[in-house]
Amino acid sequence: MRKPSPFLWFILPAVVVITCVIVFPWMFTLWMSLFDWKIGSKATFAGLGNYADLLTNARFLESIAHTLIFTTLAVVAPLVLGTAAALVFNQQFAWRGFWRGAFVLPMMATPVAIALVWVMMFHPQQGVLNYLLSLVGIGPSEWVYSPKLAILCLVMVDVWQWTPLVMLIVLGGLASLPTDPFEAAYMEGASRWQTFRYVTRPLLMPFILVAAVVRLIDALKTFDTIYVITQGGPGTSTETINIYLYLQAFSFYQIGKSSAVVVVFFVLVVALSMLLFWLRERSKYYE
Amino acid sequence: MNKLRDRLRDRLLLGLCVFLLVSPAISFFVWMLSLAFKNEVDNLAYPPIFIPSPPTLSNFVKVFDSGPFFQYLLNSIMVSGTATVVALLIGVPAGYGVARLKARKLLMVILIARMTPAISFLIPLFTLFQALGLTGTLAPVIITHLVITVPIMVYIVSGYFETLPMELEEAAVVDGCSPWQRFRHIALPLARPGITVAGILAFIFSWNNFIFGAVLAGRETRTLPVAIYNVLTFEQIAWGPLAAAALLVTLPVLILTLLIQKEIVGGLTAGGVKGG
Repeated sequence: MRKPSPFLWFILPAVVVITCVIVFPWMFTLWMSLFDWKIGSKATFAGLGNYADLLTNARFLESIAHTLIFTTLAVVAPLVLGTAAALVFNQQFAWRGFWRGAFVLPMMATPVAIALVWVMMFHPQQGVLNYLLSLVGIGPSEWVYSPKLAILCLVMVDVWQWTPLVMLIVLGGLASLPTDPFEAAYMEGASRWQTFRYVTRPLLMPFILVAAVVRLIDALKTFDTIYVITQGGPGTSTETINIYLYLQAFSFYQIGKSSAVVVVFFVLVVALSMLLFWLRERSKYYE
Repeated sequence: MNKLRDRLRDRLLLGLCVFLLVSPAISFFVWMLSLAFKNEVDNLAYPPIFIPSPPTLSNFVKVFDSGPFFQYLLNSIMVSGTATVVALLIGVPAGYGVARLKARKLLMVILIARMTPAISFLIPLFTLFQALGLTGTLAPVIITHLVITVPIMVYIVSGYFETLPMELEEAAVVDGCSPWQRFRHIALPLARPGITVAGILAFIFSWNNFIFGAVLAGRETRTLPVAIYNVLTFEQIAWGPLAAAALLVTLPVLILTLLIQKEIVGGLTAGGVKGG
């Protein structure tokens, strides 16, 4: 038998902790999703019953729709804006480090704290946003108090918060690009737009897709800002899977049912991430 | 002459772009400051008053008077501090082990953990802590925060160890150093910058976390984000003190970000990591 590597001892404590706080919960969730169990009552085996219930649960299906709308917008907008921001921050200008630090502040700040300030800004009577609208001659909006607009407002907060992360990843990509293609494009007399369209963008694509995966995972999981700003309301108009899950688990203590939601949610996250990973592999292929 | 004009136009355009990019972030935090330093009448005035005149500290006084703010501050420091120290103690050696063993599988687990919604950790751990009778103490909150801090630590630190040159360590092996000595005396000092960044990021993401405390903490064991959220919903506190409380909670993070933005930027791009 081969002697185990001494480096295993370095990993062991972390493996123990990760097993306890990460792997054990996964197993437990999977197992519990097969039971009908509310805290305080007895657990009875339900097989796939919880999953079958979800298929006909209108509120759950609606929450999937909300999640997909929110996620699509909260991935695409930061990708476009973040890439543009990276191109700007890749230039040389005075105080660049400071401005970049300021730009990154929204993603580092405590989400609950900023969400509370957004709540005050969205206020239909005293909120500063309606005042800003009035300056450009637009009438007051209901913002998060309108069932139609609420989800867009939450997207706006999320874009404001997470565009910096896309910017950072793409900026890292820009720094690692080879210089030859750009010199060649310059020699050929390509315009700036042509250089971006045919040289920069294809070369950056793998990095943009990494940013897309990270953004996708975070957008699907968004909790703090939605919970603090709307709690899923008005009505259930901004209730995403995560919010629905929280209410099921910790307001109604439906452990079995919510474990099934977790499993479905997790499969959704992994499936969408794999899709993007696949796109990334393809984008490399065409390099 | 034309060239000069073009250059000037480019600089102006660039300046405008930078202005457009940073103004949403900056104006938000400036407005937060303004709310925190105005009295209630001015905060509810319409059209809004932008510059507090005169600035008042009464909002901050109210925050400290309205509840056990120091208790919550202490809770937050205890939770994030302990979770970060534990992550350093076990995550740094693990990162080294992963780098030297090329054990990418452990990183895969961490990546999948990153994809898992926080609530899926909370349901099992919540049930477990209830069964163990630990609810009402800080222990459950600290233990769940390891879900945030340990993966960040292992991920960033292992990446850093991988970039270190192997020559020094190989020389040490020739001289008869044990793996522990290699780690302790050669790799660890070299990796200090990476470890510092990982530690700061782990602390920040733990500090910012809301959901773990919201579920697991009792009245006495709330962390700061949970405490300010509860103040909003249950006590219907006025805007000024609320903004002041929000500012107090997030100010340490903002200052830290601006002070060491270069290192933080490096750490974040390395992993694209975020906790929770």
